[in-house]
Amino acid sequence: MIDNTLNRRQFLKSSVGVAAVAVAPGILLYGMANGSSEGASAKVRWGMLIDTSHCAEGCNDCVTACNKENGLSGGVAATDSQWIRKIEIKEIAGGRQLSLPMMCQHCENPPCVDVCPTTASFKRADGIVLVDKHRCIGCRYCMMACPYKARSFVHEALHDQNPDVPRGKGTVESCTMCVHRVDQGLQPACADACANKAILFGNLNDPDSEIAKKIRTVASVQVRADLRLNPGVRYQGL
Amino acid sequence: MYIHSAVLFRNRLFYALVALAGIVVLAGLYSVHLMEEHGHIITGMNNQIVWGIPHVFAIFLIVAASGVLNVSSIGSVFNKHAYKARAPLAGLLSIAMLGGGLTVLMLDLGRPDRLLVAATNFNPTSVFAWNIVLYSGMFGAVAVYLWTMMEGRMKPWSKPAGFFVFIWRFILTTGTGVIFSFLVARQAYGTAILPPMFIVISFAWGLAVFHIVQSAIYAWTNKVLDDYVQKRMKNLLGVFVIAALYFVVAYHLTNLYFARQSDFERFILSDGGIYPMLLWAGYVLIGNVLPLALIYLPGFGKSYHVNLASVLIILGGFSLLYVFIIGGQAFPLSIFPGFEVKSTFGDGAISLYYPSAPEILLGLGGVAVAFLITAVGIRMLDFVPHEDTKKFH
Repeated sequence: MIDNTLNRRQFLKSSVGVAAVAVAPGILLYGMANGSSEGASAKVRWGMLIDTSHCAEGCNDCVTACNKENGLSGGVAATDSQWIRKIEIKEIAGGRQLSLPMMCQHCENPPCVDVCPTTASFKRADGIVLVDKHRCIGCRYCMMACPYKARSFVHEALHDQNPDVPRGKGTVESCTMCVHRVDQGLQPACADACANKAILFGNLNDPDSEIAKKIRTVASVQVRADLRLNPGVRYQGL
Repeated sequence: MYIHSAVLFRNRLFYALVALAGIVVLAGLYSVHLMEEHGHIITGMNNQIVWGIPHVFAIFLIVAASGVLNVSSIGSVFNKHAYKARAPLAGLLSIAMLGGGLTVLMLDLGRPDRLLVAATNFNPTSVFAWNIVLYSGMFGAVAVYLWTMMEGRMKPWSKPAGFFVFIWRFILTTGTGVIFSFLVARQAYGTAILPPMFIVISFAWGLAVFHIVQSAIYAWTNKVLDDYVQKRMKNLLGVFVIAALYFVVAYHLTNLYFARQSDFERFILSDGGIYPMLLWAGYVLIGNVLPLALIYLPGFGKSYHVNLASVLIILGGFSLLYVFIIGGQAFPLSIFPGFEVKSTFGDGAISLYYPSAPEILLGLGGVAVAFLITAVGIRMLDFVPHEDTKKFH
């Protein structure tokens, strides 16, 4: 009788142990795959303020940092991906010259999301516009629709990808605002790399954030504001 | 003996033509395989010209597929006997060209293997997603329409089916025009004139294709097209060509009037190299002036003139689409109005595009698919127009 009880107890103990060993890696992997259980919050609107007066002509540090962070080749052929590019502009009347970085403007009303047939283009609750690489069929309609020419199509096979930044041949991609860094509490690589601090990154919705305070005090514009897309990236001195 | 050898020759010619089309389809599929293997790097398309020659072929075929149904509509909806007799052939051509066009469009995707993703993830704000429904619905609608016309017991349903197809294709061509109308930021697009323009253009291109196929069938079967029908259809083609030209002129005139569009118009109409050349020589001269002369000038307007005019209208159509789709992308986006712009990503610069062999073969493959469906369809089922000439008058 005593033996029987012991056996039952032992059986239960070992069963629980076996079950735990079997389930634990699954739970661990699930946790790793999903990262933090906390999703993007709509209380946040990530944005950037670019001070063109601090952006030096010929300086390409933000572009280099972006390429390194996201595993881009850095090539500038017409078929190469460029998530961020430096644009040199000269006002036709007056000749004023400026240099500035241009990338996905993370619009509140993004045309790329509107036109995407498969909902691969989407906007996170915190305003970051992304492409789901598993859902993109490579139709390039979003590239036709983007007023900022911010998107690139992967024209050839990729090697040595950054595991945090999945990319895929035959799909469209663009600046992710370094979402993998932002979710860890870091800044996008371009903002980090700018020695002149011309790129200020932060939460536009938080009135106490540095970016919100600055936007209140200096004159800034949205590029192609006439389209009323309300981009999250603003430019000062344009 | 003579007749026997003539039949034998025709039989062989038929199989030779089918085999030739089969080879073109295979070449197209091989191109797709290469594009899958190497990526779109082997095409002339790039991050500036994102839609190229495959889209010119695909949109031509899809637009013509809608327009050719005019022949059916005039028969079924407006009760004209001469056209009613031709409705089955128009239906077959519509399915054939839609099949060819969609093949090209689908196989040009970066990930054609994800077709199921497109079918299962529907974005209601995307006109592309609507078009997936419109195009597949069109296949079904035209197939049912053909059934009602060709199956004796279903005849009473052919009028409502024809009416349904009539409505459906208007929406479909509107959808094709709207793909471009909804592009808010590009100078060439983003205007509400495009859907009606595409509809009227579809009438002209569809009827031109119909003329050529009908003449081929009549020549093949030693039939002679009734004079009355020939005259009616010829005049209709002329009217459609003029109406299409009117819309194209109105589109450019409107642009010319807007100061912000004048640089773009200067590019397309005079300074843009290949684009103004294709517009003026390809579309205006070859696609309009010459065909209209062949149709309307005294002494012209015979069957072979109209056939030649139809070929020219199709060539003009391809020219117009090349200018519209590729020229529209080649002109730089206006991101900073009032500024001169330059960058490593082609900002402020005219984009270059050189179509490569694989993408041209993909486009021709689509035409060959349309040809195969038409040829096999006519061979296997009764699509040759049977008319009672007494009912014409």
